[in-house]
Amino acid sequence: MKKRSRRRSLAAGLLMGGALVVVGSGYAVVSAETTPAPPAGTTSSVEQLQLGRQLFLEGCSSCHGLDGEGIAADNATGGNGGPSLIGVGEASVDFQVSTGRMPLAVPEAQAPRKDVLYSQDEIAALAAYVATLGPGPANPTEEELNLEGANIAEGGEIFRTNCTQCHNFAGSGGALTDGQYAPAITDATPKQIWQAMVTGPQQMPVFSNETITPEDKKNLIAYVESLKVEPNNGGLGLGRLGPVTEGLFVWTAGLFFLIAAAVWIGAKVR
Amino acid sequence: MTTHDNLPAAADHAQAIEQAASALPAHKPRRTDVDPRAARRAERQVALMFLGSAVMTVLFVVAFVAIPVDRSVYIWGFGSVNASNIALGVTFGLAIFLIGAGAIHWSKKLMNEKEEVQLRHSLASTEEDRQAAIEAFEDYSADSGFAQRPIIRRSLLTAMALFPIPLVVMLRDLGPLPGEALRETLWQPGSRIITDPTGRPIRPSDLALGGLISAMPADLPLVQEEEGNLNARAKAAIILVRMEPQEIVSQQGDNWDYGGILAFSKICTHVGCPIALYQQRTHHLLCPCHQSTFDLADSGNVVFGPAARRLPQLPITIDPEGFLVAKDGFAEPVGPSFWERGDA
Repeated sequence: MKKRSRRRSLAAGLLMGGALVVVGSGYAVVSAETTPAPPAGTTSSVEQLQLGRQLFLEGCSSCHGLDGEGIAADNATGGNGGPSLIGVGEASVDFQVSTGRMPLAVPEAQAPRKDVLYSQDEIAALAAYVATLGPGPANPTEEELNLEGANIAEGGEIFRTNCTQCHNFAGSGGALTDGQYAPAITDATPKQIWQAMVTGPQQMPVFSNETITPEDKKNLIAYVESLKVEPNNGGLGLGRLGPVTEGLFVWTAGLFFLIAAAVWIGAKVR
Repeated sequence: MTTHDNLPAAADHAQAIEQAASALPAHKPRRTDVDPRAARRAERQVALMFLGSAVMTVLFVVAFVAIPVDRSVYIWGFGSVNASNIALGVTFGLAIFLIGAGAIHWSKKLMNEKEEVQLRHSLASTEEDRQAAIEAFEDYSADSGFAQRPIIRRSLLTAMALFPIPLVVMLRDLGPLPGEALRETLWQPGSRIITDPTGRPIRPSDLALGGLISAMPADLPLVQEEEGNLNARAKAAIILVRMEPQEIVSQQGDNWDYGGILAFSKICTHVGCPIALYQQRTHHLLCPCHQSTFDLADSGNVVFGPAARRLPQLPITIDPEGFLVAKDGFAEPVGPSFWERGDA
């Protein structure tokens, strides 16, 4: 009786194990079909994903959670308040890490651009890993970033309609509310500008490929690149911030010169 | 009666000057007055400045002719600058500055600087003159009967008080009244929404969550071509933003959004700056001119700044082809307030 019952439970165990294997592998096959394939142009090998996972656990998970699910900001539990990374896509990771904004040094109003902590390969691995968490915006292809033959004039029009209000007419950036700001985009590479448009980092709205097409984006980026090499036609650029710095310059340097001239004219000669 | 009438008599004149001069501190000669070498050096310096100005004028013409307008040059501390502008500015500025500086240097070092005394009469008229003026006024006043005939006095004052009125009334003719122009935009029921400036119709799925796009009515490019001005654009410019439908706290009308896509006038209600600084996380829209801030998730109400009114919302829907269109025109005038607008 005792023996039979043990054998029966052994059989039940085997059956259960077999069923689990079948369901598990079946699920793996099904989920492999529903998981979006990694975007074309990337080589996310198993080693790369493993490296990405490793780097993620070491550098990102303390704020974004062990599986990128995000952690609520909470003083009681010590939660660091990193948002969920599920569905942010590889473009977002590549942008945030390749501009040095992530990993964050301290939580503040806005993540500033700073020195990059990861190598190109490591960034690619991180991006590839986070891209597996959920479908999101992909990186631009080489062809999409090839600025040859781009229409700079039309790019300028798109830039002035959709970008200048925050990033300034010369891409020098500007202030927002509560200590936040639109950064200068003169340091950004064409790839980073593209990534920022499709992912909408921090307070920036998303400019999707449907409203501003890849062709528009190419023209726009070519215009920004032309701003970078354009000389300051008026002499001192003064940060290309417009009347604020120009007025300040005139009211200090210009007024100082006028006062010095007046003193010289009025001084008694010996 | 001339201004010299009340100067001291001629005999006292020389004496008075001497007296004033003796009160001055003793005149100290300059180096250039006593040392001929210093004087010659100052002379050379002045001449050098004038010649320098002449050279700069010649260089200005040379730079104007010789330097291509699109040539840029790197200057330390300035960065890359336009060569022609810098050359023209420096030469022209120095040409005029050196004439002035030379003249000042000349007058300070070499021109005679001996103190001189000039007498001035007192500013007030003499007592007799003042008395005579008062008497004359009283005489003429009595002759005119201004005080004795109040009916004339009052009717004259009335006429003079009313006279400026035509000038004020004529101000009304300075230009045509705005009429309905400030209340109407190109937006009508069914107006298709196209991207600005690329002019493509927009499907709801085109706008990503947290997305923003500047847009205009589909007939704007044509109208602008016919009218040849930017008035229609200045009124019809809008922005589209997309947020989660449950993030929308309130709207200006029932179901004026389309699946979380909201359309607002792009013209600030303060003084009409185009406004699109959109913070996608807070749904706040900032005006770059005076920092008016509107909450797009809450009917476009003003949360900060000088704007007095909310940002007008455009009700939107989709047409049978699936593109975003206006459900109706704006319910209120867009842009800054104006006199005839009323409170609404």
